[in-house]
Amino acid sequence: MVKMNMVQALNLALEQEMTRDNSVIVLGEDVGVDGGVFRVTDGLYDKFGEERVIATPLAESTIFGSAIGMAMAGLKPLAEMQFSGFAYFMLAQLEGHASRYRSRTHGLWSVPPVVRMPYGGAVRALEHHSESREATFAHFPGVKVVIPSTPRNARALLTASIRDRDPVVFMEPKRSYRAFREEVPEEDEVLAIGKAQVVQQGSDLTVVARGAMMRSTLQAVAEIQERRGVSIELIDLLTISPMDGNTIVSSVEKTGRCLVVQEAPKSFGVASEIIARINDKALLSLEAPVKRVTHYDVVTPYFGRELMFIPDVERIARGIEETLDF
Amino acid sequence: MPLHEIGNYSISYLQVLDEHGNLDEELEPELSEKQLIRVYRSMVLAREVDQRMLNLQRQGRMGTFAPCTGQEAAVCGPTLAMTLKDWFVCSFRETPGRLMRGETILQTFLYYNGYEEGNLLASSSRTLPVAIPVSTQIPHAVGIAYAMKYRREKDSAVVAFFGDGGTSQGDFHEALNFASLWRVPVVFICQNNQWAISVPRNKQNHTKTLAQKAIAYDMPGIQVDGNDALATYKATREALDRAYAGEGPTLIEAITYRLLMHTTADDPKKYRSEEEVQEWWQRDPIPRFKHYLERKKIWNELLQAEMDDEIKKEIETAVKELEQKTEFKPDAPFDHVFGTNHQGIEEQRADFLANLVELEKRGAANG
Repeated sequence: MVKMNMVQALNLALEQEMTRDNSVIVLGEDVGVDGGVFRVTDGLYDKFGEERVIATPLAESTIFGSAIGMAMAGLKPLAEMQFSGFAYFMLAQLEGHASRYRSRTHGLWSVPPVVRMPYGGAVRALEHHSESREATFAHFPGVKVVIPSTPRNARALLTASIRDRDPVVFMEPKRSYRAFREEVPEEDEVLAIGKAQVVQQGSDLTVVARGAMMRSTLQAVAEIQERRGVSIELIDLLTISPMDGNTIVSSVEKTGRCLVVQEAPKSFGVASEIIARINDKALLSLEAPVKRVTHYDVVTPYFGRELMFIPDVERIARGIEETLDF
Repeated sequence: MPLHEIGNYSISYLQVLDEHGNLDEELEPELSEKQLIRVYRSMVLAREVDQRMLNLQRQGRMGTFAPCTGQEAAVCGPTLAMTLKDWFVCSFRETPGRLMRGETILQTFLYYNGYEEGNLLASSSRTLPVAIPVSTQIPHAVGIAYAMKYRREKDSAVVAFFGDGGTSQGDFHEALNFASLWRVPVVFICQNNQWAISVPRNKQNHTKTLAQKAIAYDMPGIQVDGNDALATYKATREALDRAYAGEGPTLIEAITYRLLMHTTADDPKKYRSEEEVQEWWQRDPIPRFKHYLERKKIWNELLQAEMDDEIKKEIETAVKELEQKTEFKPDAPFDHVFGTNHQGIEEQRADFLANLVELEKRGAANG
């Protein structure tokens, strides 16, 4: 085990998979000599050369579109979008082709590129660099959407994404890139896509969070447990689509109460979907309405205001108390 | 000398057979009798398939489709130059090439009658399914070519088709830039059929040719008579040979004309004159090629009658097969969302199947 931050852990997954399988290649803006603007691909250019680590022209649609072609011809490309805010240029390729190829050909072709992108706020960045729009990607059937929260699960989920047979949108919470370190095993570790993780068990309330919100949520949960002597179950969603509804539903059946925390806006999103799943299968277990602690349905404000909009420990703690006290 | 010329560019035009079937012997490509008859037959077959589909569509027995009438030479010539080791990346008006690559008439019919089963051309054929969003397939061609170069594949390349309207899209420009930069084996073929639905060529852009866009990406570009199968073959042959030799991509603009509607849902009378259409009928690719074969004494009316009869039978057999085909699996879409099963999808499949029972009771199920 080595202690590392999320950037190093992602880099480890890339390096190991590229060593294991020469069909794995990475492409994107500045991923070569520069190692990516966040250094996730650092050192790969030196180790694997420019044929496998391609610093591309600045053109997101064709970065991903050519990755689709590479995947058709048997390579396993990982495209990097420098920021999720620029990934909209490639949506036509994702929706129009990557998501559809398996179904279009009834399984004869699978087109499984991975597209990695940093997302999320609280890093004092310019406009377009702070959004949390995972629901946009999750709305396309045939696309898997994964969001890790720690160095260890980031490494294991990226490895799983590279080995997956379907297109994966891998969203990296950039606020967590260097925020903390965690022990990561040197040998292969793979976490199954499509499974949420019960981070801690509890009996009075279920809290579901993901990505960078996991840290604030863990802290809020710890504070409330200590102050009130309650037992809270915390679930890290990890995969947005296909969503692991079962883990959430079983937990809510046990606790009768649920709070969903997300950095994304309140409406039409992952929190809404979680509530719908609970409604479908665990409505009669509920002792309180399922509450959402989220960003607001506003255009993402510039960073001067952002910390007032992104859920923080205090707002999450208040949400927990309101749900417990209903 | 602060001001001096640093580049000088030109674009050539190639025609081998003129609209009356007169041959420029110096430019005539070397093709065997078998190859010549193959390309002729493919053009006639595509024309007849178009006619039959149009007729079926008007009777409600076929879905919306994009006819290729008038553009057969722009697709069949290049396809003749390809082998099955080359990848065929197309848009939605390349049915003649798809049929040459081994797609059956029944598969074409199934596709345009609303079933993915029409796409099940074996993946080993390296023929991609139809791509509908304009120009989105061009980046795929570049990625495939990159993989071929990476794998050190020999004697193979990618041929990507798109229309004049497609050259307005960002994906076209991005893909040409990537291909040129990566020096990958791709041949870009623009079927310039003069109309992007109702918008004529001169309202799509102001450039004199579309071929000259190659200059901006520093690759060879050529304009050819797209209704001359010998010219489209020859230009593609040369571009493929360059690609095989590691010399990178080429852009070919094939000047042709969409003689029928954009799709069966379109009425071209609304936006273009009958005179213009009639003028282009005079440049029909098929009669001039037939004339060429006759002059070479490898074709005559007897052979024509035999072929026409054969094609008619093939098409009618496919129509019969289409209309007898009933074994579609209604819930197949649930099989292919992901490569592995997921409970949420399976729960929805169960709902779907339960509802299907109700639909069947009401006689409302199709498939």
